[in-house]
Amino acid sequence: MNANRTLQQQLITAANALGVFAALLLLWQLVLWIFRVPPFMLPSPWAVARAVVARFPALTTSLSITAEEAGGGLLASIVVGVIIALLFAQSRWVRRMLYPYTILLQTVPIVAIAPLILMWVGAGTASVALIAFIISLAPVIANTTQGLISVDENLVNLFLMHNASPRQLLFKLRLPHAVPSLFVGIRIASGISVIGAITGELYAGSSQIGQGGLGYSILYASSQLQTDYLFALVLAATVLGFAFFFVVMFLEWHFLHRWHESARAQETE
Amino acid sequence: MTETFVVPEVELSGVSKRYPNGRIVLDSVNLTIAKGEFVTLLGPSGCGKSTVLKLISGLTSPSSGRIQVDGMTPKNARETVSYIFQDATLLPWRTVRQNVGLSLELESVNGDRRKQTTAALLDLVGLEQVGEAYPRELSGGMKMRVSLARALATNPRLLLMDEPFAALDEMTRDRLNEELLRLRSEQQWTAVFVTHSVAEAVFLSTRIVVLAANPGRILNVVPVDFSTARTAALRSAREFGEKVLQVSRTLREAFPQ
Repeated sequence: MNANRTLQQQLITAANALGVFAALLLLWQLVLWIFRVPPFMLPSPWAVARAVVARFPALTTSLSITAEEAGGGLLASIVVGVIIALLFAQSRWVRRMLYPYTILLQTVPIVAIAPLILMWVGAGTASVALIAFIISLAPVIANTTQGLISVDENLVNLFLMHNASPRQLLFKLRLPHAVPSLFVGIRIASGISVIGAITGELYAGSSQIGQGGLGYSILYASSQLQTDYLFALVLAATVLGFAFFFVVMFLEWHFLHRWHESARAQETE
Repeated sequence: MTETFVVPEVELSGVSKRYPNGRIVLDSVNLTIAKGEFVTLLGPSGCGKSTVLKLISGLTSPSSGRIQVDGMTPKNARETVSYIFQDATLLPWRTVRQNVGLSLELESVNGDRRKQTTAALLDLVGLEQVGEAYPRELSGGMKMRVSLARALATNPRLLLMDEPFAALDEMTRDRLNEELLRLRSEQQWTAVFVTHSVAEAVFLSTRIVVLAANPGRILNVVPVDFSTARTAALRSAREFGEKVLQVSRTLREAFPQ
């Protein structure tokens, strides 16, 4: 009964989303007909679909290159971000001293430093992953630190009353407490790591001509006025962003749904 | 060696606590608690009741005076002391069973003994059915039971309780009070309890220490002794009502006119 109802609700949600999608396609096609837009300015949905099919191997190659760069950068930002957050959680003094630099990390325009990184590291996957890493790092640090230091004082007192070692305090209290916040950070980082990778590719796209990630291919397609393929690439970038987001959402649900409210809210929504 | 020298369970002599801003939370408090007593600290907000518990547990240090627990400094005595906070302070990512086992885990009690003790305690507080549940699935009263079981798991000599049932409804509170006394008769620990409720204090305690605020100090000590056993029926007995009245009167003096 209950399961049936949630299934029914999910089907309705899916039908609604598909309806919006169909309406958008229709609107798109109408704009083409009414304003007689030339295809190199705006290709038809049908032309984009054809471009996807015709150049599928090149498209998936670009997609996987970008996925690797963004994924690598994201993983590195999680590892490094958690380590830095652990350092920050040690004392208020350390936080005050180093926190301004994480803000710097967040405010420095990635577009501006991309050419520098290109110069230092050289064109190719490594420098793009580095850009994705830099842009994803700040939210992981900020959220994880918050999670590590926002432990209820009485829980700390409880641990102290049972003569807990600093190690036990960290691994049995602070770290598990920080996991929900860590996931908030990773969720934000996962979205911008893809953006970072594509932006990076615009500058440092590829060490070989004609073969690179989505950002590189977007530049290439636009210079060739292959607008239908350009649209296909944008579509692929969106798919990649969604994929990252859903993987993170799934992991978050997997680790938290039994005990944490945020994961539970997603279930009942 | 026939002479037995009795070490008091808890001894506070001339204990004062001042905050850095100059506010005096406690002013030269002298209090001796013998083994097996159930002492309740009762008083208006700001009289330093909770501070007394924090001092006995060593979570905070006095500005002056001396505190001894079982003849040791509070920090050294921690192994035999358990603290129950106003909130159940459970770890939400652990099941009920894992929460009860936490205190033993922190004190590195090995796996098998920990399992046995945890199971026995779940049984003792009536939670054997929900051992694998997570805290968010429990009612406030059940959470407090878990907290109680966790505190008792290390087999403490001294139990410090800081308004543990204040957030619960009266029915639940009464039932947990009865249960607390039952557990005490089985396990024989000494208790220092903080509450706002006169009836709760009278029902539980062998002695009630009434404190006054600004600065926090001991105003009066009321021994509590009943001719009948402390069961639910005691609450409707005449001697219970009289005692509540007496303590209430004393407590009124603690409030400035």
